[in-house]
Amino acid sequence: MNDVNVLMVGVGGHGVILASDGMSEIGMNNGYDVKKSDSLGMAQRGGSVVSHVRWGKHVFAPMIKKGEVDFLLGFEQLEAARWASYLKPDGVAIVADVVVIPISAMDGKIPYPSWDECKVVLSQYIDQIYLIPATRIAREVGNPRAVNMAMLGFLSAFLELEPEAWTDTMRRRLPPRFVESSVEAFLKGAAEAKEMITTKGVER
Amino acid sequence: MAEEAISDMKQLLSGNEAIALGAYHAGVVVAAAYPGTPSTEILQSIARMDGVYAEWSTNEKVALEVAMGAAYGGVRAMATMKHVGLNVAADPFFAVSTTGTIGGLVVVSCDDPGEHSSQGEQDNRHLAKFAKVPMLEPTDSQEAYDLMEWAFTISEEFDTPVLLRATTRISHCKTVVEANKERKAELKQAAFTRCPTKYVMVPSNARPRRQAMEERIVKLRSYVEDFPMNEIITGDRKLGVISSGVAYQYAREVFKDASHLKLVTTYPIPVNLVRRFAQEVERVIVIEELDPYLEEEVRGLGIEVTGKDFIPIIGELNLEIVEQGAIKAGLLSEKPKPPLKSEVAPPQLPPRRPQLCAGCPHVAAEYVLRKLGFHAPDAKERQLKKDELVVTSDIGCYTLGVYPPLAALDTCACMGASIGQALGLEKAGVPNRTVAVIGDSTFMHSGITGLVDVVYNQGNTTVIILDNGTTAMTGHQGHPGTGISATGTKTQAVVLEKLAEGIGVKDVNVVDAFDMDALESTIKRCVANDEPSVIIVRGPCPLYVKPSGTPFEVDPDECAGCFDCLDLGCPAISVADDIARIDASVCVGTACGICAQICPHEAISEIKQ
Ligand SMILES: Cc1ncc(C[n+]2csc(CCOP(=O)(O)OP(=O)(O)O)c2C)c(N)n1
Ligand code: SF4
Repeated sequence: MNDVNVLMVGVGGHGVILASDGMSEIGMNNGYDVKKSDSLGMAQRGGSVVSHVRWGKHVFAPMIKKGEVDFLLGFEQLEAARWASYLKPDGVAIVADVVVIPISAMDGKIPYPSWDECKVVLSQYIDQIYLIPATRIAREVGNPRAVNMAMLGFLSAFLELEPEAWTDTMRRRLPPRFVESSVEAFLKGAAEAKEMITTKGVER
Repeated sequence: MAEEAISDMKQLLSGNEAIALGAYHAGVVVAAAYPGTPSTEILQSIARMDGVYAEWSTNEKVALEVAMGAAYGGVRAMATMKHVGLNVAADPFFAVSTTGTIGGLVVVSCDDPGEHSSQGEQDNRHLAKFAKVPMLEPTDSQEAYDLMEWAFTISEEFDTPVLLRATTRISHCKTVVEANKERKAELKQAAFTRCPTKYVMVPSNARPRRQAMEERIVKLRSYVEDFPMNEIITGDRKLGVISSGVAYQYAREVFKDASHLKLVTTYPIPVNLVRRFAQEVERVIVIEELDPYLEEEVRGLGIEVTGKDFIPIIGELNLEIVEQGAIKAGLLSEKPKPPLKSEVAPPQLPPRRPQLCAGCPHVAAEYVLRKLGFHAPDAKERQLKKDELVVTSDIGCYTLGVYPPLAALDTCACMGASIGQALGLEKAGVPNRTVAVIGDSTFMHSGITGLVDVVYNQGNTTVIILDNGTTAMTGHQGHPGTGISATGTKTQAVVLEKLAEGIGVKDVNVVDAFDMDALESTIKRCVANDEPSVIIVRGPCPLYVKPSGTPFEVDPDECAGCFDCLDLGCPAISVADDIARIDASVCVGTACGICAQICPHEAISEIKQ
């Protein structure tokens, strides 16, 4: 049973908390000790959201140490770049194709960074960076809110639990009308990971 | 009910949910609170549980008085609040420490180290010692759950309120909890036993109670020696680490091999246990957030101890900070940082500051205040011109109006202060006219007495009550003005305009929050008026009441690129191709409409289908 430290970052209303709650519960249901910590920088009012999820044999601190993050799940590109320094050198960044421009970038003095610029920031710390078509997957499954499930699906491809371990908890805990689209988005995310990981030749 | 069905399963609970469930299983009958981060979810959770009376009180002082009364009536009761809430409730906190109670009384204080969502930082452990109230501190949600039963038991056994102190990372982190109890079927019947020597604190009764308080602490000192949740973890005896709360978790992870003493009873501390631990190890350190509270307690025992010389006194701790401290203290060796993988200079990243929402009913009033009251475009320190306004403000979403582009506020200190500050500025002889800006919930909390003071002492302040029909900042709780109780039932609403009139304000106005002209003319008139005035700016918070409006759009042929509309700081409005652009997915449109009112080129209107 390996320790897993996941940092999920984004902005309010994009399902970061639901994803981190889900991942925490899935870990617990599968025998891990789990702790998770959310910081909601007034998320509903345009601030950022940061959620630490830790799986392990015995977890002490509820927050991950800077430089120890295994997986950075960026639900928004700028936020992913902002938290890059938390990654460990062999960590992985999984970033959704979501852009939310903050008001501070409106006047153009500090412009919103392009994806290439975000990648420059991430590349300072890690080699494995994936920009995933999460919004496309969400559209395909007919549930625009399923971006977070596609993200979890992608992440799951790197972890030791079988897909069913994830989808079982999803089926039990999500509101019935969202179950099918969520599970589908999850599986599509996982499939996307398999494809991207092999095409890039990155080892698991 | 649901809580019972899942009660013996493993579940992930936040500290706040665990406190609520622990209190429920311990048989709490009355729970009262005023919302405040990071404490709010405790009462929200309890309000969903059957058989508990839960209320949002007008403020923390009232919350504690309600809980005190219930405990006088023999049942288990609790009051929950954020750290600064206990300042407001300090008077009843000290008072009930003096009288004691019959039923168990637990006060929960959730401190906010690092000020994630607070106007100040303070270490409420001092308040336990100050008021001579025993204190318990959980290190995770399991302990938060378990401690509630202990807290009520101690309260009843020692005739004292008990302070349960949590912090943001205890309250808001989720950890695994096994809830191994159930709510007792038979709870104590409420009954008041007449006993003036205990409950009527005239000096002749208070003096013996004062004696009882000291005797109580002596008894508690020996009681905590055997408290089962204080724990020694024996490791390498070269280093002994004393900690409590979430700092214990950091200490265990950073000092993996050391010996640890986890303290859950942090007032009074188990003196003999600490002594024994200190004797077992070569060097004693304390890892704690905020003040050197435990460190001073331990040093007071004559034990050589360090802590705050390498652990910061300000802000929240985390693994990195504790590790850096340990390196500084020579307890760990420095690990080289991995080199950056790329030499390419990274771009600067724009910050993401919180801002008022699209459709927020606070924006127009603050925009008008800015226009009428502030000359200079920046927020630098400077003397005011004669015709500028001093805008004292309060705490709530509307405080975000201090940031540009609105930048319309001059003060924000503590709940309700805006009104007294305005009167004080006026009475001091500051030549500028004053306007106090306060939210509806904050006005109920502690603005009313300020307004009474203005009327009584013949001030001429204008008080603007921003009435969005909810306590928005903390997540949309009810308050007396809303007429909705903590459990969602309808109650009697306290009507702001009648209240103001009843206090004796003659110039009371109610203005639509989205009517720019009416706001401007009313504020202008009231400010010029030589008597107290109240302007109730009324409009619903769109995050609370879903607005039904057709979104707006910018006509590219009419937009002159003046960007006056950007002065509202509305998150729906941005610039694209040198003209303004409105994001229809964010805009509430006709439910707000203030941008269309200020656009000098009439370029903004409803989206035409
Ligand atoms: C003593 C104290 N108690 C509670 C809080 C938490 N708090 C901050 S603002 C606020 C109330 C906000 O409601 P309102 O005044 O109606 O303004 P709104 O956020 O709705 O704009 C509360 C409860 C606090 N800061 N201080
Ligand atoms: S939550 Fe409501 S009151 Fe607060 S900023 Fe948003 S719209 Fe305004």
